[in-house]
Order: sequence, then structure tokens, then C-alpha cells
Amino acid sequence: MTIFELSKPGRKGYELPTYDVPDSGCNIPEHLLRKKPPMLPEVSEVDVVRHYTNLALKNYSVDRGFYPLGSCTMKYNPKINEDMAILFTQLHPFQPRETIEGAVELMGHLKELLCEITGTDDMTLQPAAGAHGELTGLLIARAYFEDIGELGKRKKVIVPDSAHGTNPASAGMAGFEVIEIKSGPDGCVDLEELKKHLDETVAVIMLTNPNTLGLFEKDILTIAKMAHDVGALLYYDGANLNAIMGRTRPGDMGFDIVHLNLHKTFSTPHGMGGPGSGPIGVKSPLAQYLPVPVVRKSGEKYELDYNLPKSIGMVRTFYGNFLVLVKAYTYILTMGGKGLKHVSDMAVLNANYLRAKLSKTFKIAYDRICMHEFVIDNEEFAKKTGVKTLDIAKRLLDYGLHAPTIYFPLIVHEAMMIEPTETESKQTLDAFVEAMEKIAKEAQENPQLVKGAPYTTPVRRLDDVNATKYPVFRFKR
Amino acid sequence: MHRYIPHTEEEIKEMLQEIGVGSIDELFVDVPKTIDGYKIPDGKDEFTVRKIVETLAQKNKAFQPENVFLGAGIYYHYIPTVVKHLAANPNFLTAYTPYQAEVSQGTLQMLFEYQTMMCELTGMEVANSSMYDGASSFAESLLMATRITGKYKMLVAKTINPEYRTVARTYTSPIGIKIEEIGYTELGAVNLDELKAKLDDETAAVAVAYPNFFGVIEDLKTIRSFIRQNVIFIVVAEPVSLALLEAPGTFGADIVVGEGQSLGVTPNLGGPGIGFFTTLEKHVRKMPGRLIGQTKDLDGKTGYVMILQTREQHIRREKATSNICSNQAYIALINAIYLSIMGPQGLKEVAYRSYNNAHYLAKKLEEAGFPRIFTGEFFNEFVVRVSTDYRNRWHEMAKDGILGPIPIDRVYKELGPSALVCATEVNTKESMDRLVEVMRK
Repeated sequence: MTIFELSKPGRKGYELPTYDVPDSGCNIPEHLLRKKPPMLPEVSEVDVVRHYTNLALKNYSVDRGFYPLGSCTMKYNPKINEDMAILFTQLHPFQPRETIEGAVELMGHLKELLCEITGTDDMTLQPAAGAHGELTGLLIARAYFEDIGELGKRKKVIVPDSAHGTNPASAGMAGFEVIEIKSGPDGCVDLEELKKHLDETVAVIMLTNPNTLGLFEKDILTIAKMAHDVGALLYYDGANLNAIMGRTRPGDMGFDIVHLNLHKTFSTPHGMGGPGSGPIGVKSPLAQYLPVPVVRKSGEKYELDYNLPKSIGMVRTFYGNFLVLVKAYTYILTMGGKGLKHVSDMAVLNANYLRAKLSKTFKIAYDRICMHEFVIDNEEFAKKTGVKTLDIAKRLLDYGLHAPTIYFPLIVHEAMMIEPTETESKQTLDAFVEAMEKIAKEAQENPQLVKGAPYTTPVRRLDDVNATKYPVFRFKR
Repeated sequence: MHRYIPHTEEEIKEMLQEIGVGSIDELFVDVPKTIDGYKIPDGKDEFTVRKIVETLAQKNKAFQPENVFLGAGIYYHYIPTVVKHLAANPNFLTAYTPYQAEVSQGTLQMLFEYQTMMCELTGMEVANSSMYDGASSFAESLLMATRITGKYKMLVAKTINPEYRTVARTYTSPIGIKIEEIGYTELGAVNLDELKAKLDDETAAVAVAYPNFFGVIEDLKTIRSFIRQNVIFIVVAEPVSLALLEAPGTFGADIVVGEGQSLGVTPNLGGPGIGFFTTLEKHVRKMPGRLIGQTKDLDGKTGYVMILQTREQHIRREKATSNICSNQAYIALINAIYLSIMGPQGLKEVAYRSYNNAHYLAKKLEEAGFPRIFTGEFFNEFVVRVSTDYRNRWHEMAKDGILGPIPIDRVYKELGPSALVCATEVNTKESMDRLVEVMRK
């Protein structure tokens, strides 16, 4: 039942403080006064508590169990991160600079840590999500080419066909033409294919490394050289940074612009889809184009620098999703440099262990040592059994597990992309393998069982075709 | 071993054996080893981490809400206790985008209800499930106007929050959108003559704020009457005010956007907040962001799913209506809980008290020698004339625990020494009287 259906006229869940300000009367012109009140719920406090508590029970979450969504890095979100963020909730973004000394210092420290982690020279913490960072990074590239007089000829952004959808979408928003290049037979960037498209009309090459197949682009140093030889910039999509911490850095590989997803690698919770945070690190020649303000060290203190005449402007108000920054900072303090390396080591170990175990039952796309994630290719399995990736995903829900990312990357048909993260134990991984093996067996013996799944969830399979064809956008009486 | 990472030495060995490699390093053969660890100190225990972050927090100054007279887009309102308790539920906090609808019905129903509430407040037909903040939501509304009309000229009121206009320029210039600003009159409202003069066949959209940055309630009815139907009418609205003010949808708005922080969200140094985005059904396919719709499951039971996804980046890629993926869903939850608790009457009382307090304060400040600069009717903010050394006073006041009206003469130079005053229901008569005293000094 929706909360609107619980509503009874005249019931209420609020109480305002006693009020002693004299009523000056309302002088709002009649035609600008609201005639019909908004249909908001009229419910008691206990109604509200039960409604949202019961809604929460219908959700799966990292705190409930294994959540192997590929490319999303659904690791455990430490509780202390939340406690630390609460210390900063009462600050107004426009309060005098001298009254937010600690917040600015925190941003300064975090920026320095993230520059060290990414191997970049300067950074903005303003973007609110990964895709927002991508747009920011591409606008920085655009400003750079405009500044050196090359924007006229550099119209293209190259992305591999395995890229996240946000990459081409961000490039389009930044006013670039998108060139999608086919991956090679090994799942990595095909250097010949890249060569064909790479010339002085290219502004940026966007890469995720490791890529969305969970494979490290082993030719990355060559690719970087090729890009720089024609004057193009190399952009790092940081969705998969959880694989390489402590061993290499995007900046060292030759990337000029790097985004991070603090809500992935740095353990801030995903909150049903956000808020995230997508800082952008850049090499020093690009620092002058960062959005304002940039946090910088000046003497012993940190300052907010608004004086960047060549800045792209602002991509949102104020300092970004500041509370998310506090959580990521807390996490880095907790893990330390060595701990972060251990994170990546165990994330990659977990992925390879799952890959090795599952390869006995399922076909792994590009089956070799992977990084923090890998992709199952169910095309043959589906042909043989009639059970598709979607069905397996739905059946996993019956086993009390969240499904992996499905039908992505697009270059693997019937893809199932699995990212266990480092916070999962061997027991959890073994239980997942066991469930997958059982489902494979069910698919052979009783495919209808799998195709009808799930059975145990709050609702069964939903009709999303008609939901889009005859959309119901809101509750109506 | 680390408390967040469960692997024992023995398990690591077993796992390496299963994989068929001799060491962790062998898993990284493809990775060029450019560093040997980070130059970052070792990790710390929880007690020590707390001390470090608490020490930083203590270097900030938080103000008592009743002593805050600063708004300008972020507002202190009373947040009922249940809001934070319910929102802290880990099944909300640690879930992700509802990709598997059957185990995400909590998220999906909550967002569907949130969308309904935003439609109700704005008087619009469709709301998406959130954008990053008010500014990026506004910027995206301009991009959407170009998608609808195929035109690139935007008339944007100078009375829209200056940071929103900055963000809009950043977002829109790459695709060739030209923003022309429309000035204001002595009312503090959009200059209708200038608007009429600048409107032409190339105009994609007209955008105004309601109430605007100066707190003035724009006359949306009159403004809409000047704009041809095929020009997109964008309203940047403050959602608390909409419990008192007529909904922009009633006046023929095509897109209503804004910042939702005032609906139960703490100020958070400006983030996270939430951008809301609403429009009409006829424009929905041009709309950015995630949409939740109602449907049925196999057994005919009501359920909720993400809909119209072919607009979005993961399917449409470079032709998507936006690149947005992660949004501010968790803040939408806070908005929904707050609105559920407050209801229509509670929100209206909050809006009216904010209005009444601002008008009480305006009168007192006028008597104390701080006259209002504009004559237009206002909601809960207004601009006053201040002395040339006011900026120093403002910093001094902060030392006394008062977050005073913010000087705005750096962004609106033409106004001369001026400050934007804000009052909400959390300011008391005593605190307002004290502000007047302190400002008079």
C-alpha cells in the first residue's frame, strides 16, 4: 500500500514549536496564493515509521548479503564513516570562510591523498557522481583545446565498445562526436583499430582500466604514447580503480584526466543510487581549467581558490557532495596506504577465485587471469537450455543473493558481470558458487523452474514492457 | 588481516591454489608496477580515526539554527527526529540502483511516492527520481528545452541564483546554447519589458525563479502570458514555498526544477542536497534522469520498476537525454519521509511561519535603518541596504554566534552595499530581535 492510501484528512505526524512572533498578515497577491493543497500524506508518526520500515524490508542491501554487481564495487560500507559525516551536517556552505576551517582542511587532506592514489597533480572534489566527473573531465579537455587553439579541429572522443554508457553520453554532452572502436579478440583495445581512428581530429581517448571485462589493458603505455603523439588526451574512468591500488596509478600509466568514484572504491554507501562523488584529478597543465573553487595548500593552511580565469566554471553548487568526502576520508585514514593495497589484492584474489570455481560450470568470456571482476558468457548455455542470463539472475534472488550485473558489457551476449569485492569471505564466495551450480543443474533438469523465478521475493517478475508502454508516473486517487 | 577484509592466511593459500597461481603478485602480471605502495601513512584504529576527524570538525563553527539568517539556496528548517532514524536504515543506505526490481521494491515504491509528492508540490505531471542538486537540475532543464525545440537561445532571469547560472553556462556552452540574461526592476522581479524585447522566434526557453534569489515572488501568470506556447517556460522553485504559493504547473510551466534540501535535509556544507526535476507528460521522452513507474507482477500484484530507460545512457549511449547515472536517491528518501511527516498542513505552517518571520524581521530591520531595496512581495528572503563596512560586521557577528544576512554586493555589484536576509520557522522572536540589535551596533 502506498503512503497516500494510509492518509486520513486531519491526521498529522508533526508538531511545530510554540510560536510568539506576531502575525503580520499575508500580503501575497490572491492569484499567487495556493488554492488546492498538495496531496501529501496525512498520517501519524507511527504510520510513517511503519511505512518506511516495511519498505526497507523489501530491499536487498550490502548489509543483508552478497551483492556482486559488476562495475559497481558493492563493498561493505563501514559504520564509522556515517558517524564521522554527521559531525559536519550543520554547516552552511556560505558561512564565513574562517568558520569552516576544519572542513576546508579535510578537503585539502583528501585531495592530497587522492592525488597520490591517482598519480595526478591537482583535483576537484565538486562532481557529484562518476558520470558528473566524466562530464567535468571532458569539459576540462575542451577548455584546454580551446585555449591552445585546437578545438576547431579536435571534435572526436574515442571510446571502446566495452565502455560504460556514461562515457559516450558524457562525450555527447560535452559537445564531442563519439567514435566507438571494436575491442580486439583478447577483449582489450585493438591497437590496429585504434590506429585507424587516431589522428589530430581526436581530442580524448576514454578508457576504463581494468576494462569492463575485468581485464587490464596491457598495452596501456603504448596507447598513452599513441594518444600523446597525436596531441590527444587520455581519460581514465575510475570505476574499476579497486583493482590496482598500491601497484600502479592512472597518472603513471599516462592518463591526463582521472575520475574516481568515491562511492565505489572508497566505501561510501550507494544509497539506492546516490549520492556518490566523482572527483577529477588532472596533470598540472590542465589544473588551470578545473571548476572553482579548488582547495589548495597555502603555507600551513588550506585555501579555497576561486581565481582561475580559465576555469570551466562550476558543475554544481559549492564543494560537491561534502558528506561523501568525509566518509571517503575516514575510510582512507582507516585503511592507510598498505591497507588500500591489501584491498586491491584481496579484491583481485576474490574475483579470480570465483572465476576459477565458476569456470567449471559456466563459460567465462576471455578466460584468463582477471582483475577485480570477470564476465560469464551464457550464450551457449542459453541456446542449450533455453535459460537466459536474466533467468539465472532472477533465480539467484530466490537463493537470497543479489544478481551480478547482467547484459553488460554489450560486447558479450548474455553477459553476467561479477565483482565480488574484497570484503567478502571465502565462505560467501563458496555459497555463491554453490547457488550458481544448483541453478545450472536446475536449468538442465527443469528449465521452467528457473524461467519462472523468482518465487520468494516480495513481488514476482514485473511487467516492465507495459510499465513503459502505458506509464504510470505517480500515484493518483 | 583487517576488520573489513575477512581473508585468513590459510584461506588465501587455498584460494591461490584453486586459481592455480603461486602468489598474489602473479595475478597482477599485466599491471606495470609503477609504484611500491603509496606514500600514505598506515591505517589507524577506530579510536584514533575518530579523534582525527573530530579534531577537524571542532575547527568548524556550527550555529544554533535560530541564529541563522543566511539562506541563498540552503535553508535551516526543523527536521523531525524520525527523519534521520528512518533514513538510517541500512536497507536503504547500502542498497544500490534498483536493477533487480524484485528485491528493490522498497526503493522503487519510495521513489514512486517521492515522484508523486514532487508532482503535487509543483503542479506538474511527471517527476524524475532526482538530479544532483538544484543547479545541475536547472542546467539540465535548459538542455532539455533545446531537445524539445531545436533552438539554442535561452532567456534567463538575472534573479535566478548566481551559482545556478554559472553551472548552467558550464553545462550549456559546449553544445552552442546562448544564454541571455534578463534584468530586474525596482520590484526585484524580472523586467517584463526587457523580456518582451528579447523574446523572438529563436528563443527556446524562458527561465525564472519562484521565489527568486532576492526572495521576491515572481508573477508567473503575467510572465507566462507574454510567452508563446511553443517557448518552454522553466521555473526554478523553492519547494517549501509551494505549500503557500500557487503551483507553477497551474500557470503553465513546462519544466519546474529546484533544490530539495529544504525538505528535511541538513545543510551539509551544501552537499549532498538533491535536485528535483518535474515536467509535463508530453515532454517526458526528452527528460533526463531515472523514472519509476507502477506495474503488475506475474500474479497481478502491484509493483514498481524503472521505466522509459531508452532515454538513458546505459541504453542510448551518446544519444541519451543525459549522462546521469548515480543520482541522489537517498536524499529523495529523506524528502519523502519529511513530506510524509509534515503533510500538507505541516508544510504550509512551515511555509507561512517562514513568510511571517521574514516579514516581521523586514519591518524591524527597516525601523533600525536597514530598508528593503526592492518593493516586490517576498517569501522568506529579502534584500536590505547595509553600510559599506557591513562585510566586516558580518564576520564579527559570526564570532557572536550569529550567522547573519549574507552580503551580495560582489555578485550583484549594481546594488551597492546590500545583504540577503533569510528567516524560516526556526528563528524565534528573540533571535530576530537580537539580530536587529547586533546589526544596529
